[in-house]
Amino acid sequence: MDYSILQHYWWFLLSLLGGLLVFLLFVQGGQSLIYTLGRKEDDLRQLIGSLGRKWELTFTTLVTFGAAFFASFPLFYTISFSGAYWVWMLILFSFVIQAVSYEFISKQGNFLGKGTYKTFLFLNGLLGPILLGTAVSTLFFGAQFQYDPINLTDTVNPTFSHWEGAFFGIEAIWLTPFNVILGAAIFFLSRTLGALYIINNLQSDNIRRSARRQVLSNAVFFLVAFLTYLVNLLFLHPVWKFDNGIINTAAGTYFDNLLAAPWTLATLLVGVLGVLYGIYKGALTKSLNGIWYAGIGTVLTVLSLLFIAGVDGTVYYRSLSTPSSSLTIFNSSSSHFTLTAMSIVSLFIPFVLAYIWYVWRKMDRK
Amino acid sequence: MEQSVIDWSRAQFALTAMYHWLFVPLTLGLGFIMAIMETLYLKTKNAKWKKTAKFWMKIFGINFAVGVATGIILEFEFGTNWSKYSWFVGDIFGAPLAIEGIFAFFMEATFIAVMFFGWNKVSKGFHLASTWLTVGGATLSAVWILVANAWMQHPVGMGEFNVDLVRTELNDFWAVISPVAIMKFFHTVISSWMLGAAVVIGIASWYMLKNREKTFALDSIKIASVVGVTGIVISIITGDITGNQVAKTQPMKLAAMEGLYDGANGVGLVGIGILNHDKTYNDGKDPYLFDISVPKMLSFLATRDINGYVPGINDIIKGGYTTQEGNIAVPVEEKIARGKEASEQLRLYKTATNEEDKETAKAFFKANSKYFGYSFFNSAADTIPPVSLVFYSFRIMVCLGLLFLILFVVVIYYIGKNKFTAARWLQKTCLWAIPFAYIASQAGWIVAEVGRQPWAIQDILPVQAAVTNINASSVILTFFIFLLLFTTLLIAEIKIILKAIQTGPVESVEDEQY
Repeated sequence: MDYSILQHYWWFLLSLLGGLLVFLLFVQGGQSLIYTLGRKEDDLRQLIGSLGRKWELTFTTLVTFGAAFFASFPLFYTISFSGAYWVWMLILFSFVIQAVSYEFISKQGNFLGKGTYKTFLFLNGLLGPILLGTAVSTLFFGAQFQYDPINLTDTVNPTFSHWEGAFFGIEAIWLTPFNVILGAAIFFLSRTLGALYIINNLQSDNIRRSARRQVLSNAVFFLVAFLTYLVNLLFLHPVWKFDNGIINTAAGTYFDNLLAAPWTLATLLVGVLGVLYGIYKGALTKSLNGIWYAGIGTVLTVLSLLFIAGVDGTVYYRSLSTPSSSLTIFNSSSSHFTLTAMSIVSLFIPFVLAYIWYVWRKMDRK
Repeated sequence: MEQSVIDWSRAQFALTAMYHWLFVPLTLGLGFIMAIMETLYLKTKNAKWKKTAKFWMKIFGINFAVGVATGIILEFEFGTNWSKYSWFVGDIFGAPLAIEGIFAFFMEATFIAVMFFGWNKVSKGFHLASTWLTVGGATLSAVWILVANAWMQHPVGMGEFNVDLVRTELNDFWAVISPVAIMKFFHTVISSWMLGAAVVIGIASWYMLKNREKTFALDSIKIASVVGVTGIVISIITGDITGNQVAKTQPMKLAAMEGLYDGANGVGLVGIGILNHDKTYNDGKDPYLFDISVPKMLSFLATRDINGYVPGINDIIKGGYTTQEGNIAVPVEEKIARGKEASEQLRLYKTATNEEDKETAKAFFKANSKYFGYSFFNSAADTIPPVSLVFYSFRIMVCLGLLFLILFVVVIYYIGKNKFTAARWLQKTCLWAIPFAYIASQAGWIVAEVGRQPWAIQDILPVQAAVTNINASSVILTFFIFLLLFTTLLIAEIKIILKAIQTGPVESVEDEQY
């Protein structure tokens, strides 16, 4: 199959995985609500019990997202993970402390005490979405790096990529306010989704009532942050592209990218409407199904936004210090052979999704 | 390249990998044992097997959580700390990791939830299937990460070096699942059964010593000892085949495992030995202060001929001997010179402005490209791994493996003769043997990984050319954060497991589960 189609196919799969990941951050959102919704011991027990049955799906999706990025676009994995060292490390730490907490929190002799594991869950719920959102925003707003493979021929001091400055990724916070705005948007979205999930998954009327209030308040913050980000991204923030090897830093807007691939525009619209409808159902009606509308809406919205970040040679990771080092899906992908092999593997993904769906339908049956 | 960055990055990877490997072999071994127990429950309909399986599942769950926590770091550490590696071989190395995620992790994550929370929600048959799929998922994830590791030991399946991008590229997916990878999988996973068995037998022996839960304990020991013996016997066979493969693919590692400096025909295998620590490459001193060897055994292991030739460290460096494939070994100094030539030609290719110069440089590069990785060395002696660590680790692994075989056989014998309950000395031995199973398992990985040094990928990329160029202080800081965090988690896990053991098997696991 044509190399360019495979590169787009993998960019699409990563965008889809990214969408699923953001949806599944409802686990983190729920964790950030444990002090709010779980004041009573019994409520806390129910909350942790419910979230504790799903956390591994989010965790696994994150790991698979990282590994799939490595396999399909190794240049990004190489440059970003080593350069933005501290951002990725903080993300990893926040997930390490989560991974043990659900298992350990209720166990006797758990060494650190129940309160510590509760704090761990809260910290993961707070830091995970904010840091992931901030990091993902750099796909649009860039970072300060350069690379040159020729430096691997320096036999004494071989290098490959170079990251400007001494903050190793933390500078994403102040390079542009928009990185943090997306971080905040993802955080409040995760809380909104977390509350919607709780409404759907828990039987307690008490918790449901409080959760509905949380849907409303968090959705307001989410919408303010997200719409600010979205308007800036689609209409004000210039797209970068390579034209015959020369970087063009004024190649239209991301809205042009949406128009160029109309299905992305449709997906985005349906997605945003889905999220809004889900919020409405959760906050203002007695419905239990808000999570499905908002969840699927989230997947579609993120899918479409991530896809236009890299479609058709758009720079998806811009170098602010050396623009010619910027990454597109064409200059950063695995070889034609590897992408082909991986694409064959990817045909099994629907099967994986099917058994997950089947199993959880069985498990969530009341 | 700053040496401290290389050292700390290696230390951090070793720390995180070794911590991860404290938990994974128990997942693999105990998982297999408890799945057998649940199968017996369905077959016999005897509730005692449900109780037994559930107790071990509880231990499995506690251990699994820390395994997951320590595993996520490894998945990303190739990028954060070994970024040049990620670029140089990412086209090949990334695929197994992604496949591991897609196939194995979701399988584990989905079915482990059924295993723990589904007792009353799904049928018995579906639950049993979920238990096996959880263990299968864990084992499947081991397949892919071990394929990736085997590729670092024996890189295959590559096409022509991509001179434009300066990286190796995949051209044969199935070649990556090489005989080396297959042996590595069986040796690593099945030796984990030994560890799982040792833990089950040890804990069950504690109950015997305390006169508690005797039926449960004896049932557990019966299953585990058979799994343990099976595991060790298969590990001995796969270990032997692996040794033979190492002789062909990584002769330097084999020489380090044996402390063999001067090769010969009909070489003996050092059974017990103490190395002479003053010994350096090519100084003519005796490598051992003391040794007892099995005559001709190493030659047989390496070549399947008791008089076969096994090269030592000096021979590998000097070259000139005939390899098992029938080639004349190239001296390391020559490899370094040709590697530097390849590197220079690659640089010329990348900087050339006209097509003719490019083509010439490319042709010269291709002639020497297989030694490109050697360009990063200045002296042949730099290609020798730390001999004593590899030598002693190998002996610890083999000796402990054999001792466990004897222990498990004795346990089976005593159980068969109905004497186990009275044999308190044997129960105590089993209990105190638990940590040694971990030592054996870790020692095996030290042989595999330290024996490969100074290469990150054998003959392709040394560690100094693989590491991320970052300031040492960042790596030192993350090293200590990991050390503190993982040690805390380890203490917590041990305390929780001890408490669970004290409580003993109960009818319902959900009692404590949120």
